[in-house]
Amino acid sequence: MDFDFSDDQRLLKDSVDRLIADRYDFEQRKKYANEPDGWSRDMWARYAELGLLGLPFPEAAGGFGGGPVETMTVMEAFGRGLVLEPYFATVTLGGGLLRHAGSERQQAALLPQVAAGELKLAFAHVERQSRYDLQDVGVTATRDGAGWLLNGEKSVVLHGDSADKLLVTARTGGSRRDPGGIGVFLVDATAGGVSRRGYPTQDGLRGAEVSFANARAEDVLGDPGGALPAVQRVADEAIAALCAEAVGGMAAMHALTVDYMKTRKQFGRAIGEFQVLQHRAVDNFVALEQARSMAMYATMMAASDDAAERRQAVSAAKVQIGRSGRHIGQEAVQLHGGIAMTMEYKVGHYFKRMTMIEMLFGDTDQHLAVVAGGGGLF
Amino acid sequence: MDLKFTPEEHAFREEVRHFFRTAVPESIRRKVLEGQHLTRQEIVASQRILNEKGWAVPNWPVEWGGQTWTPVQVYLYQDEMQQAGVPAPLGFNTSMVGPVIAEFGSQAQKQRFLARAANLDDWWCQGFSEPGAGSDLASLRTKAERVGDTWVINGQKTWTTLAQHADWIFVLCRTNPTAKKQEGISFILCDMKTPGIKVRPIETIDGGHEVNEVFFDDVVVPYENLVGQENKGWDCAKFLLGNERTGIARVGTSKARLKRIRELAKLERVGDRPLIEDQKFREKLAAVEIELKALEMTQLRIVADERGRQKGKPNPASSILKLKGSVIQQATTELMLEVAGPYAMPYVASDEGDGRNEPGYGPDYAAGAAPTYFNWRKISIYGGSNEIQRNIVAKAILGF
Ligand SMILES: Cc1cc2nc3c(=O)[nH]c(=O)nc-3n(C[C@H](O)[C@H](O)[C@H](O)COP(=O)(O)OP(=O)(O)OC[C@H]3O[C@@H](n4cnc5c(N)ncnc54)[C@H](O)[C@@H]3O)c2cc1C
Repeated sequence: MDFDFSDDQRLLKDSVDRLIADRYDFEQRKKYANEPDGWSRDMWARYAELGLLGLPFPEAAGGFGGGPVETMTVMEAFGRGLVLEPYFATVTLGGGLLRHAGSERQQAALLPQVAAGELKLAFAHVERQSRYDLQDVGVTATRDGAGWLLNGEKSVVLHGDSADKLLVTARTGGSRRDPGGIGVFLVDATAGGVSRRGYPTQDGLRGAEVSFANARAEDVLGDPGGALPAVQRVADEAIAALCAEAVGGMAAMHALTVDYMKTRKQFGRAIGEFQVLQHRAVDNFVALEQARSMAMYATMMAASDDAAERRQAVSAAKVQIGRSGRHIGQEAVQLHGGIAMTMEYKVGHYFKRMTMIEMLFGDTDQHLAVVAGGGGLF
Repeated sequence: MDLKFTPEEHAFREEVRHFFRTAVPESIRRKVLEGQHLTRQEIVASQRILNEKGWAVPNWPVEWGGQTWTPVQVYLYQDEMQQAGVPAPLGFNTSMVGPVIAEFGSQAQKQRFLARAANLDDWWCQGFSEPGAGSDLASLRTKAERVGDTWVINGQKTWTTLAQHADWIFVLCRTNPTAKKQEGISFILCDMKTPGIKVRPIETIDGGHEVNEVFFDDVVVPYENLVGQENKGWDCAKFLLGNERTGIARVGTSKARLKRIRELAKLERVGDRPLIEDQKFREKLAAVEIELKALEMTQLRIVADERGRQKGKPNPASSILKLKGSVIQQATTELMLEVAGPYAMPYVASDEGDGRNEPGYGPDYAAGAAPTYFNWRKISIYGGSNEIQRNIVAKAILGF
């Protein structure tokens, strides 16, 4: 057993932490958010230079061969910085689908472009009726000569507005909630028949509603009727990454709250001198450390080839993250008082991001049901 | 012991219910039930409808437009109003400055301000909190100096709700810097158009414009704008803060929201079943309903008990209304967020002010779910935070 980083991992951590500390303070973030895409192209180029955009890709495809620990390191720092760029959408989701469902040819064609910062991806899987169910797919893909035509609508596609290419789950057979008959299709975001309505999400990131009307797919990743296991695997890795991001955010929120309690004076003393508030801060600390532990657990299990075991672990972590995130978020706001209710102060932004993370790839109840339906964690 | 209302009380409930649901436009009530911000015009229009009926200020003295309702009638009026989604009459006017002027003001002040406050001809805002004086309100520093027959006010207020709409502000000012904290404060009325007053908006985390900073730079107002006695403003403030009791639990609001959540959970589907059939979800909903039922019973106990009590001696149980009521209201926002699911994520700019009304994404109600969750965190912060409420209960009731 070993919870320590390797030397390479430590180097990575230092450089990402430094980048976020230097280039992603609250004022800088505000500037990035006001750029045309809602994020910074400049920072995107920096991530590419540092190798972050190719981190989890095989070396043969222009990547660094990093695993879940490397992803965790980056995501935790990004959580602290409340990073706006489409890293999760492009590298974790899009890159993940290419790694797990794509052929060598497809990987060789696309991953180097992603790693170089030249290609942005988004994963279109949510539908209006599907909520968090990955196999609830109504969008259809039908054969047209050698290719495929897509029809239907996808919802809340993370960073779907600025993506160059979309990876879309679509049904080639079976009925709406069948596990079989689902493929992942690669679609140029500007192709005929694709229309997108982009918008900010509640946490200041971006999403889009995307509709397909006889839109021609460029390609299909793997088996056009058997992609679900790969999709689930990517979702599990994505959840592990979100857990790490959430821990970064929770830790920052907790630290801000403790600092504030030490400096905010009411009734002639720092409010942190009230023991009842100290205990609340301690409970936040406990929630944070429990979350951190489970994020590590998810990270260490995310690469497991045993799908059932992996799913249990990741779901358990998502439950813990959801609960700790909600608790720490609400308490950070309450312990700050009015100031935390404002856009001008950072804590509220963490609170909002935590709320959105709780809803991504399944909410707490859904994952609790997964764990409850398994044979027990021990 | 009997839970039944008298036939007269029943008839009264029917009367107010019918009025609220027919006289106040559906469009306004829908917005309230869904937690959306109202425009100034909507708030004014709604209050004037109530005022025309004589129901905007039932808690005021009869000679200034109040009603002689029993505590049960007041309860029924509030419960029906909240359940119908009728916006409460503007609290700054009807439960803050109005009662203070009626209790402490001069005859001239009453004649000048009360009827206009009831009809929302003047929109009032509350200038109490300052950057350095939140929970510790008595440490406020905005000062008013007497110069001839005027006050000259300098300082800053913050968190001033809807100051951007306001015609008048009631301000707690320090008028004796050497006295003990609570003893050097005065309650002064200022016309918002007075030179030297500047309002700066504060954007809240839900993207709304609800609060402001208000700056006073050599603001000169007539001496007669003082309410009550000089340096006795703390009495007015205490009276004002203790004035809202039963309404603050907002049981009717939570009832309406839980009903709406139940309705929506029948429409939203998880897999092939409605969300309401999901065992975990219904148990969570039921748990909040039980808490709310308990709070409603507590409120009814307090209401029933009020008949036999002396004025100014509230039932100790009334102090839990804010504590519990705030947490239940917040719990309804969490349930609503869960009902909305992924469609709670898109941020839809509100149509407040500029008249723009972007089409939303997903079901209509979903757009308000997250902003309301974020925004309603305020309920346990303002009006005496839940920590301060606990301090009060610990001291005043448990005798620590
Ligand atoms: C949306 C909104 C609208 C508002 N509208 C108005 C308005 O119209 N007019 C107006 O005058 N004010 C208004 N307020 C201000 C509100 O009344 C204050 O926010 C509130 O009094 C708390 O003060 P604070 O924000 O400075 O927090 P602080 O007093 O700094 O408190 C910070 C934290 O410390 C805790 N704390 C403080 N003292 C103690 C103690 N002794 N024991 C235990 N815990 C303690 C608090 O509970 C809180 O958790 C509004 C606030 C909000 C958020």
